[in-house]
Amino acid sequence: MSARTTKQTDESAENDLPPLETPWEEFLHVFKKDRLAITGAVVLGLLVLAAISGKTFTEWIVLFDPEVVRLPDKFLPPLSSPSSEVIPEQDLPLLGIYLMGTDELGRDVFARMLQGSFVSLSIGFIAVGISVIIGVMLGGFAGYYGNLKLGIITIDTLIMRFTDVMLCFPTFFLILTVVALLPPSIYNIMIVIGLTSWMGTTRFVRAEFLTLREQDYVVAGKALGLPESRIIFRHMVPNAIAPVLVSATIGVATAILTESGLSFLGFGVQPPYATWGNILADGKGFIFDAPWLFFIPGLAILVVVLAFNLVGEGLREALNPKLRGR
Amino acid sequence: MFIHYLLIRLLTALAVVFGVAVLVFVLIHLVPGDPVDVMLGESVQPADKEALRHALGLDQPLYQQLLNYVGRLFQLDFGHSIYSKRPILDIILERLPATIELGSAALVVAMVIAFPLGVLAALYRNTLIDVGAMGFALLGVSIPNFWMGPILIMVGALWVGWFPVSGREGWLSLILPAMTLGTAMAAIVSRMVRSTLLEVINEDFMRTARAKGLSEVWVILRHGLRNALLPVITLLGLQLGTLLGGAVITETIFSWPGIGQLTVEAIQRRDYPMVQATIFIISLSYIIVNVMTDILYAWLDPRIRIQESS
Repeated sequence: MSARTTKQTDESAENDLPPLETPWEEFLHVFKKDRLAITGAVVLGLLVLAAISGKTFTEWIVLFDPEVVRLPDKFLPPLSSPSSEVIPEQDLPLLGIYLMGTDELGRDVFARMLQGSFVSLSIGFIAVGISVIIGVMLGGFAGYYGNLKLGIITIDTLIMRFTDVMLCFPTFFLILTVVALLPPSIYNIMIVIGLTSWMGTTRFVRAEFLTLREQDYVVAGKALGLPESRIIFRHMVPNAIAPVLVSATIGVATAILTESGLSFLGFGVQPPYATWGNILADGKGFIFDAPWLFFIPGLAILVVVLAFNLVGEGLREALNPKLRGR
Repeated sequence: MFIHYLLIRLLTALAVVFGVAVLVFVLIHLVPGDPVDVMLGESVQPADKEALRHALGLDQPLYQQLLNYVGRLFQLDFGHSIYSKRPILDIILERLPATIELGSAALVVAMVIAFPLGVLAALYRNTLIDVGAMGFALLGVSIPNFWMGPILIMVGALWVGWFPVSGREGWLSLILPAMTLGTAMAAIVSRMVRSTLLEVINEDFMRTARAKGLSEVWVILRHGLRNALLPVITLLGLQLGTLLGGAVITETIFSWPGIGQLTVEAIQRRDYPMVQATIFIISLSYIIVNVMTDILYAWLDPRIRIQESS
């Protein structure tokens, strides 16, 4: 992978020295020094692990059942053991204790948090995936083909004014309404969050494309007769992707917050399916009797959102040389 | 020249309002199936259905509905609430002051926290103070307001007992919701203040001010902050959308009788004309505030109005 492997055989050409680092190496170099961002990345790695094992062990191989109701064991604090005389053996928690306590129905909060971690993460990633695809498409189109006329207005005007209109909706209100109109399901929530958060990406990509369009390598590509799709996706998109990556990382954090906010208001993923937002919303009523029901999911959301923000900041610094050393 | 800029800005804003009106109209047609069925439920007489369909104008061709709807929106005629049968505009006008009050208070909270924090971080950049201030800012954007609100209630209302738990009675009841809503904005603005200050810190006029013998604190407050103000104003306009979104949750937590709570109630009651109206009003206020910030910006920074009008 080292750039030096591409070192030219002609030793005499002193002005043709290869760069000391490829952009990727340089990025790693800077990112690794950012301790906060590395911490964030580790937390995210753990979260991905939790989400995958959450999906596996609460649905496919049920080791932790989030839906078992054990009324004799309701409101047990974290780490307490079940009252094994009254609970049927198959309903006992796997580890012999309730790691994160139980809720008002005696359900295992740890199992519910595990299930919720998958929901939060998948909503975050898929919603941002949708918004990035739309953003890159529209922004690229507006930036590259912007001068084409469609009747009396240019494509650029059309796309960017539509973006402006969408930006004028306070997003949370829009999402709330659409989710309330549609039947509640996790997929609708992902799609709606994705469809209402592409505007920033569109603006970034358009701005990048406007400058990239005039770059020598694009002109050269055109002169070589490369198909436009190849110029755009192979050469321009990779060069425009840095700001998109940063905003996407922070976008995942926003999407997770939005989903838990919706669940908190009761418009999110519907029970019995557990999400961090609805565990927290249920727990709010028992904030004195069973504070763990409220604090565990809240802390989890805070830590995850913080981790995404830290990684996003780290990426921004590492990808943009202008910001370094501030 | 300034008048010219003003005119263009207002015209584009009007176009955007039109676009918003169209989208609000489209929203109701997103409902799978017949909107009248969704609003009334299953066990309803066909005659009642027809009556509602007619009252909402849903029996007319689609383009006619759109024109009527947008026309009425521009006259601020939203029809009647399905739930309470009262004119929607009256209900909204009752609720709007509470949201404006909460929003302004949150803004004050945000400014009071953000400016000292941003200035301190810039003055003592790369020291512990800077790290602490920016750490707080990062925490502020990441903390969910639906988590912070109940914690504030627990501490401020139930343990210490200084503030009421919820409702809108007296200025004391404003403090906790305003803090809940204002924290995220404080965080964002303090980072903006810091970074704009750092950008201007080496400018010629700053060096001149230092050369005059002014102290560093005075240089930053008198000359630096002036320049940090412009981006902050734009940021505030853009952040209003987030603030209003946060208001939905904050108002629900604190039973604050504003537009956000009204929207949530309307959605729960399937009162769709009311939902459409609140969305339109909220978007309208967002557009108005952004036009105002743009105009203020142009008025404060002559470079913009010259560039825009030439």
